[in-house]
Amino acid sequence: MSDATAPDLTWREWLLTDAPTSRRHARLANFYQGWLSLRANSMAMFGLGILVALLLVAMLAPFLSPYDPYVQSLGNRLQPIGAEGHLLGTDSLGRDILSRLIYGSRITLYIVALVALIAPVAGLLVGTVAGYVGGWTDTVLMRITDIFLAFPRLVLALAFVAALGAGIENAVLAISLTAWPPYARIARAETLTIRSADYISAIRLQGAGALRIITKHIWPLCISSLIVRVTLDMAGIILAAAGLGFLGLGAQPPSPEWGAMISEGRRFILDHWWVATVPGLAIFTVSLAFNLLGDGLRDVLDPKDGGE
Amino acid sequence: MAVTDTNGERRRRAPFPRWIKGTVLTLGSIAVTMLGLLFITFIIGRVMPIDPVLAIVGERASQSTYDAVYEQLGLDKPLIVQFLYYLWDVVRGDFGMSLLNARPVSEDIARVFPATMELATLGVFIGIVLGVPLGVIAAVNRGSWIDQIARVVALVGYSMPIFWLGLMGLLVFYGILGWVGGPGRLDIFYQDIVPSRTGMILVDSAIAGDWSVFWNGFSHIVLPASLLGYYSLAYISRMTRSFMLEQLSAEYVTTARVKGMSERAVIWGHAFKNIRVQLITVIALSYANLLEGSVLTEIIFSWPGIGSYITTALLSADMNAVLGGTVVVGLIFICLNILSDLLYRIFDPRSK
Amino acid sequence: MNSLTKLMTSAALGLAVALTAAPVAVAETPPNMLVIANRIDDITTLDPAESFEFAGSDVSRNVYQKLVNFDPANLDAGYQPEIAESWDVSGDGSTITFTIRDGLTFHSGNPVTAADVEYSLRRAVILNKTPSFILTQFGFTADNVGETIVADGNTVTIKTDKPYATSFVLNCLTATIGGIVDMKTVMENEVDGDMGNTWLKTNSAGSGAYKLVSWKPNESVTLQSNPDFYLGAPAMERVIVRHVQESASQRLLLERGDIDMARNLNPEDIAGARDADGVVITDELRGRLMYVSLNQKHPELSKPEVRQAIKYLIDYEGMQNSFLNGQYVIHQNFLPRTFLGAVDENPFSLNVEKAKELLASAGAEGMELEVGVREAQERIEIAQTLQNTFAQAGITLNITVGTAKQILARYRSRELDVYLGAWGPDYPDPHTNAGTFAFNPDNSDAANATGLLAWRNSWDTGGLTEKVAAAVVENDRDVRSKMYADIQAQFRDTAPFAVMFQKIEQTAQRDNVQNVNLGGATTAVSYWPITK
Repeated sequence: MSDATAPDLTWREWLLTDAPTSRRHARLANFYQGWLSLRANSMAMFGLGILVALLLVAMLAPFLSPYDPYVQSLGNRLQPIGAEGHLLGTDSLGRDILSRLIYGSRITLYIVALVALIAPVAGLLVGTVAGYVGGWTDTVLMRITDIFLAFPRLVLALAFVAALGAGIENAVLAISLTAWPPYARIARAETLTIRSADYISAIRLQGAGALRIITKHIWPLCISSLIVRVTLDMAGIILAAAGLGFLGLGAQPPSPEWGAMISEGRRFILDHWWVATVPGLAIFTVSLAFNLLGDGLRDVLDPKDGGE
Repeated sequence: MAVTDTNGERRRRAPFPRWIKGTVLTLGSIAVTMLGLLFITFIIGRVMPIDPVLAIVGERASQSTYDAVYEQLGLDKPLIVQFLYYLWDVVRGDFGMSLLNARPVSEDIARVFPATMELATLGVFIGIVLGVPLGVIAAVNRGSWIDQIARVVALVGYSMPIFWLGLMGLLVFYGILGWVGGPGRLDIFYQDIVPSRTGMILVDSAIAGDWSVFWNGFSHIVLPASLLGYYSLAYISRMTRSFMLEQLSAEYVTTARVKGMSERAVIWGHAFKNIRVQLITVIALSYANLLEGSVLTEIIFSWPGIGSYITTALLSADMNAVLGGTVVVGLIFICLNILSDLLYRIFDPRSK
Repeated sequence: MNSLTKLMTSAALGLAVALTAAPVAVAETPPNMLVIANRIDDITTLDPAESFEFAGSDVSRNVYQKLVNFDPANLDAGYQPEIAESWDVSGDGSTITFTIRDGLTFHSGNPVTAADVEYSLRRAVILNKTPSFILTQFGFTADNVGETIVADGNTVTIKTDKPYATSFVLNCLTATIGGIVDMKTVMENEVDGDMGNTWLKTNSAGSGAYKLVSWKPNESVTLQSNPDFYLGAPAMERVIVRHVQESASQRLLLERGDIDMARNLNPEDIAGARDADGVVITDELRGRLMYVSLNQKHPELSKPEVRQAIKYLIDYEGMQNSFLNGQYVIHQNFLPRTFLGAVDENPFSLNVEKAKELLASAGAEGMELEVGVREAQERIEIAQTLQNTFAQAGITLNITVGTAKQILARYRSRELDVYLGAWGPDYPDPHTNAGTFAFNPDNSDAANATGLLAWRNSWDTGGLTEKVAAAVVENDRDVRSKMYADIQAQFRDTAPFAVMFQKIEQTAQRDNVQNVNLGGATTAVSYWPITK
């Protein structure tokens, strides 16, 4: 790429040019512009910072956590915050809460990543096919989407987990199952506007098949609105996973999943409030980070709602 | 929790010009959606590894008791036959008997739904009263510190685990300060005083003119309703803000301003007037979500509502209750959607 | 963010506070009313012929009288006359004739007669609901009740198929299923020949100290006192049991004075409530046992050394003194303390070295097992503690949490390697537990004896079945007691069950509430003696 850079231009100038020299150049420039306006949004950057920190914590968990998150010590249970050797205290079985929190970040990221992969992709698939093909396919697919939308969400997730058995993977599937319909609607709406565009007709005349048009030309255009939506949904996903954990249907013991930690700690909420509060704050912080970032991204990517 | 995944895309504008055709199609699609809803719920209920027979007879039953109940429930018949039987009953308005407490499910729903409705109505009311002005002010003062605060207030609402907030709220406002009533809908000695007409305590006591019951009920509902209200506030204020921004950047606003119209008149007289319709959709969605029952809030506040009813039924394999509850909630959801579509068509200046 | 949240909530609260001006002082329930917070979501029916769960027996004990019953002031005395004034046992011990007390009336005003007793017991057998085995184990069937349960004048005679220990038969009649219903009222409400079952699920027709006003599932049970109760009108005219799921909520309600009694506080909330003004804590030993069982279909678990080893891999002391503190006491025998024949020997304690030796001698190292447990926090914690100590001996224990019914279904179909659960006696006789832990006449899959714990774990009992069968027909109390002690000694040593703890129910109540008896290990709560 460096040889594409004219010698008298800095990276910054190259990226900010008004006259891109290639398609890749244009895309990068566009991306950089977005980045600049996102960077100007201090709250979004704050959110991003938290998420980067979370990622680092998850990666470095073995080095950061002072104890093994699973080691019990029944004689040393329910130690308060700031107790000797236990910065955030210990839980009901005498496990170090800080260590569990640190390892729990891996589970949170795992859930978030999986749902973020499954639900939007499923929605994208259904939505674009319905929008592009139209006719009966559209009617049937959208009717199915309607059915899932009309379902009481938590009931659907609960039923699904109850049917397949509790566990993280099933919780992820259950949440995805309740999360995809809105994506399908967005994707369909976008597809409908794009489908009739002149350049799509041109491509079609060139002999491109439906599959190629959908994957190469429609999908990329749906991505940005989906990304905004996914980021804003992340908090909901984390809270939903925590809610399932809270009801005992998410991660299984002794897994240090944050929702399950709240559930374990809520019994002591009156006298040992930190056991439930610390993971509660962790969930809150990460959800907030996703929301701040999503809100900022919306301003950048979705000009209708905001951008300067 | 569910509030966060709402979106404006659910609204559908009927593409059909003639209202008769539209009505028929709408009714048809409701029927199809309801049928699908029922079928999926039914299937989930049957594949779930919770044995409904065991749920009734319990751990110690002999095999002969077990077999008797198995047959009594019709579980020996093929799945599709069971479904058709069920469908036939539902069409006649019979949701069957709850397997667990031997009462008609319709009776149970009539008991738990008003509790949820009361909570949701007050919740969404709080959400509107605080959320709409917050959104408008944020949009008008875009980028200012007011906007930032409004943003944080809303995003904090989106991000808070409600079960934690609920427990803490109960501890602080009931346990320590004693400002509000505890878990449940009424103090014990206020219970069963006013006759139940609507099942909503505030309404019933107001009808009966018994204000002591009314205030007691209010002291119980205010905390959970405020929590739910905070969630709808978050959503409503964000959506209001973006609708307003769209309007404020429109040409007619600039024109009005140039004409020397007061800022107040521009904002409330023009811009806000134009987003009312969109807001209705958003509010209807918020309301629908609260009506689905906020399971966790209901559990924490011992609130006997539809969310916890369906959940309990589901976990104990009381399929008649789950199906009945799901149908009712689904129907309400669909109806609210249609209602907001209708309002949209009636009030939207562009669609005239 | 906390302050922000508070701000938002306070804004909405402001109005309420201004208008109600609620005093922060502790409230109080009316003097003639008893308000209890309890988990009552296990109630599925209140028909005594069908009711079988804890909260249901609490209601039933106060609504229905039985032929013989326990005196809450002296549970140790065993069964006492109630509807039956006296009884005679025939020569061979298989026929018992009860004489019915004069002057008792049902809540409806109808007199309690021998015909009502005959009807109630026959009805329980004919309906064949879950608890019917308590009666049918004496050989009663729907076909023979016409001859085996017979009223004559003011007496009722029952004939069992064998001469059982009289104490066994009478103990069974004190169970909920022995409740006597008002025949006339029940038959008036019969639908499609259901012997009033549908109606009785939600209504009452008894002669006890209270009558049922309403049962709202998962919400509340309300009882109204019976002024004509034969022991005198109860002091508490109304008893309201309210379903409150969370321990923290129960404690807040109690400390604020909105309820008189909280029955499901966890050890931490008990410790906290102990310090609150006007609250006292009472302990009462109950009959429920917490145990771990090992499926004998598992090739390794069926080895005697492995069964022994597991019993040495449980941190009984650690759990008793930490998260179970005050609510469970170490008990390693299948008869709960205070039962006839109960023994107090608890030889096992955590001993990883010994367990390792035993495992090595059996050649069973590096096992991986699945334990099924229902989603109750204390059980999940026990499971995690087991996981921890098992791991020290190289056994990997995977925990599967599910709803009660899910786990139970797998247990009943002999699928789980290890089950962690609780067992409560069905009636206050040693046979109730002996007959399930150590009794399994046919261990084949085809027998499908899903009611027997021994069968669920595919255990042939190693000869205990015969000993249990012998003990149940022994009429000499001391000899019978000794027989159970012997059975338990062998059971402790060889059985694939590690009984760990017995339940202590800790109740927190306002200090003005007197004479509370929850029913000990043998029966359920009595509301009628309570005063405040």
